[in-house]
Amino acid sequence: MTNNKTPYAIELRDISKRFGAVQANKDICLQVPAGTVHGIIGENGAGKSTLMSIIYGFYEADSGHIEVDGQIVDIRNSQDAIKAGIGMVHQHFMLVENFTVLENVMLGAEGGALLQQGMDAARAELKRLAHEYSLDIDVDAVVEELPVGLQQRVEILKALYRGARILILDEPTGVLTPQEADHLFRILRSLTEQGVTVLLITHKLREILASTTNVSVMRQGEMVAHRETANTDKEELAELMVGKKVRLKVDKDEATPAEVFLSAKHLSQLDSQGVKRLKDVSLELRAGEILGIAGVSGNGQSELLNVLSGITPLDEGEIQFAGQTITASAPKNAAELRDLKMAHVPEDRHKMGLVTGFEAYEAAVLGYHNSDAYNGKILMNRKAMLEECNSRMAAWDVRPPNPHLKTANFSGGNQQKIVIAREVEQNPDVLLIGQPTRGVDIGAIENIHEQIVKLRDSGKAILLVSVELDEIMALSDRILVMFDGAVVGELDAKDADERTLGLMMANAYNEDQKGAAQ
Amino acid sequence: MSQAKVPVWVNVGLIPFINIVLAFLVSGLVFVAIGQNPIEAAGYLVYGAFGYDEGVGYTLYYATNFIFTGLAVSIAFKAGLFNIGGEGQAYIGGLGVGLVCLSLDHSMPFIVIMPLAIIAAALFGAAWAYVPAYLQAKRGSHIVITTIMFNFIASSLMVYLMVNWLKEKSGMAPNSRTFEENAWMPYLHNMLSPLGIDIGDSPLNGAFILALICCVLVWALIWHTRWGYQLRTLGTNPTAAKYAGIDTAKVTIWVMLISGGLAGFVGINEIMGVNHSLLLNFTAGYGFAGIAVSLMGRNHPIGIVLAAVLFGALYQGGAELAFEIPTITPEVVVVIQGLVILFSGALEHMFKGRIEGFFIRRAAAQEK
Repeated sequence: MTNNKTPYAIELRDISKRFGAVQANKDICLQVPAGTVHGIIGENGAGKSTLMSIIYGFYEADSGHIEVDGQIVDIRNSQDAIKAGIGMVHQHFMLVENFTVLENVMLGAEGGALLQQGMDAARAELKRLAHEYSLDIDVDAVVEELPVGLQQRVEILKALYRGARILILDEPTGVLTPQEADHLFRILRSLTEQGVTVLLITHKLREILASTTNVSVMRQGEMVAHRETANTDKEELAELMVGKKVRLKVDKDEATPAEVFLSAKHLSQLDSQGVKRLKDVSLELRAGEILGIAGVSGNGQSELLNVLSGITPLDEGEIQFAGQTITASAPKNAAELRDLKMAHVPEDRHKMGLVTGFEAYEAAVLGYHNSDAYNGKILMNRKAMLEECNSRMAAWDVRPPNPHLKTANFSGGNQQKIVIAREVEQNPDVLLIGQPTRGVDIGAIENIHEQIVKLRDSGKAILLVSVELDEIMALSDRILVMFDGAVVGELDAKDADERTLGLMMANAYNEDQKGAAQ
Repeated sequence: MSQAKVPVWVNVGLIPFINIVLAFLVSGLVFVAIGQNPIEAAGYLVYGAFGYDEGVGYTLYYATNFIFTGLAVSIAFKAGLFNIGGEGQAYIGGLGVGLVCLSLDHSMPFIVIMPLAIIAAALFGAAWAYVPAYLQAKRGSHIVITTIMFNFIASSLMVYLMVNWLKEKSGMAPNSRTFEENAWMPYLHNMLSPLGIDIGDSPLNGAFILALICCVLVWALIWHTRWGYQLRTLGTNPTAAKYAGIDTAKVTIWVMLISGGLAGFVGINEIMGVNHSLLLNFTAGYGFAGIAVSLMGRNHPIGIVLAAVLFGALYQGGAELAFEIPTITPEVVVVIQGLVILFSGALEHMFKGRIEGFFIRRAAAQEK
């Protein structure tokens, strides 16, 4: 490496980027010393992803320039970025699932018309890289058979194979268990020891503190602060992110669980390929409590929500709700369950909770569109819909409070408020709520959490699914942990800590004692 | 946020207008290539379509068919379904009209025959759409494939019925006998002449009024009923439709029934309104043109009426043009129609981004 003559592996000078009327990045300056892990933190929509896309050549900046090792580089596409030694590990892996590790790594760099020669060379190079950076992996394993943590390792190897000296990781821990995440951070540390520079994009404060050397904070398209990680803390970073003091705790009293509102016994569900996605899940949901479902995403939580809310039929087991017994042979669909006062805030508001092409007042009645309140004899009562939408927007502080704005044009937090308001204002007995604050900024998170607790205190039953452990621990009164479609643990929220939950989420709690030492 | 900044008139007015102008410019080049003066040709075309009362009548008569098939395509499209089967549904709808007229014209007055014929057109068209709809909703067979297949089946079925059962006994041609006059849809010029309004003789008939009523009904149905709400939800976000507890199979089948019924109304215009007998191939591609009309009209009834009038004008003006300049064959007119479809349908996004970008930047500049 020759970069010790320049202090910075990568330097950004006055990068600006505008999309239409939106200034996504404004005069961004950033200096990243070689061999460090540099965190970039900010709320969703703060401009982190845009900035990284500029560095990796997906977008071109309107003004400003990028220097790598002190040289100005002109990056117009991802090939240019790779040539400049920049590699990217995307949040959603860009791997061919039924290829082997080796085939994935050499994809796009096959070298020659015949495959064999390139394969031999790649195999040798991969071995060297794996050894040098201690990234052990079976190069002949098929990618889809690897756990996500290892798939991510393949992505990192792919970037290194292409000669990356600067590695960008975009929200790398979204799909990982806490243990896998810790492992990733160890890998990153050993990479930096070899002179690789890492840019880590995340909105999780814990990870920044656990893994970075320096951290930069973005807010509304601007870099608002640079800190040495050792000299800052969670509270300061959170404050910088949102620009005001926030609480990371939720104020709530002891729960007073009463009668069982919903009970599920031995639920199982198969997907279209015949794979069991839910395995013998039983749970009881009581009035006046928040039952949290923790788990790494993709371990059956979505299927559980879909089965409970009537979106997908169940294959085995039964659900008791509102005096009705629901089984495979006597199913109830989502509309029928709504009539029995079950509300559902789905995990993915874009795919499921909203119709983004609808105006807000239309999206605000989705699922309740047959209700007498919104209908005349033949035509829908547009006036009633608008009035209700207006009053809800005021009550829930939806911005802008314009019922005619297309749902797609609201920010994530405001979209979520539209969905939650719709479901909560129906005064349901049971609220199923998935990822209530995904992609929502901290100010709105607080508001949403307060509303959930308020609903609980009014004697309703709430089932909360979230992949954010902080959220599960802050809100829940009781926690179930799911792994591979089954419930693998139950905890009182008072006894829960991140480590226990993390081990349960990886289904490693029982072997925990021997692993505790590390 | 970008969409919000583009004025509505740009999307519904300016962009289609630019596309059509371009289509005509390229058509002009075609005329130059075959040695004709494009300005002169354009003059004949416009005069033929709009220049005199009878021409306007013909234009609107053609437009009537396009409104029916355009609405049929658009309502299915609103639910996310691509109904390519308008041609066959119109054909079978016409069969229904013909059967009602042939069996009742000796015994019933017009006031009985007309509503029955309208119901028959809708029922027969809907029935022809039902099988593909059922297969899509319950079995997952793709509606594009099945509706195309049903066009061929309709065509063969009609030939069989005409030749073997419905042909006039004495005649050689596969046509039924001509209906008695009490089974004719009255011409608009006959309806208006008692009021002292003279619009010139043309095939324009009562079906045109039915078409306009259908526009209003379809508009109200899609945007102002809970049923329309469900079909729009299904069309834009099927997952959200499931989440909302909407019975997607039921909505799919119903919307296709309505779509087929609308296409079937072509039979009212053609069989009851103009030909006054049942015959082969009266649909003449109106069902397929409906796809272009719906695309161009942005799946909105007002847009569909405008696009239908444009297509009607091309049919009528084109016929006039081929008559006035013998070197311009009807095929050249089809080329013009093809270019209009190409530019306003297939290439509709060619300028969209740039034009919208211009207005977004302008809006942004004004904000400052």
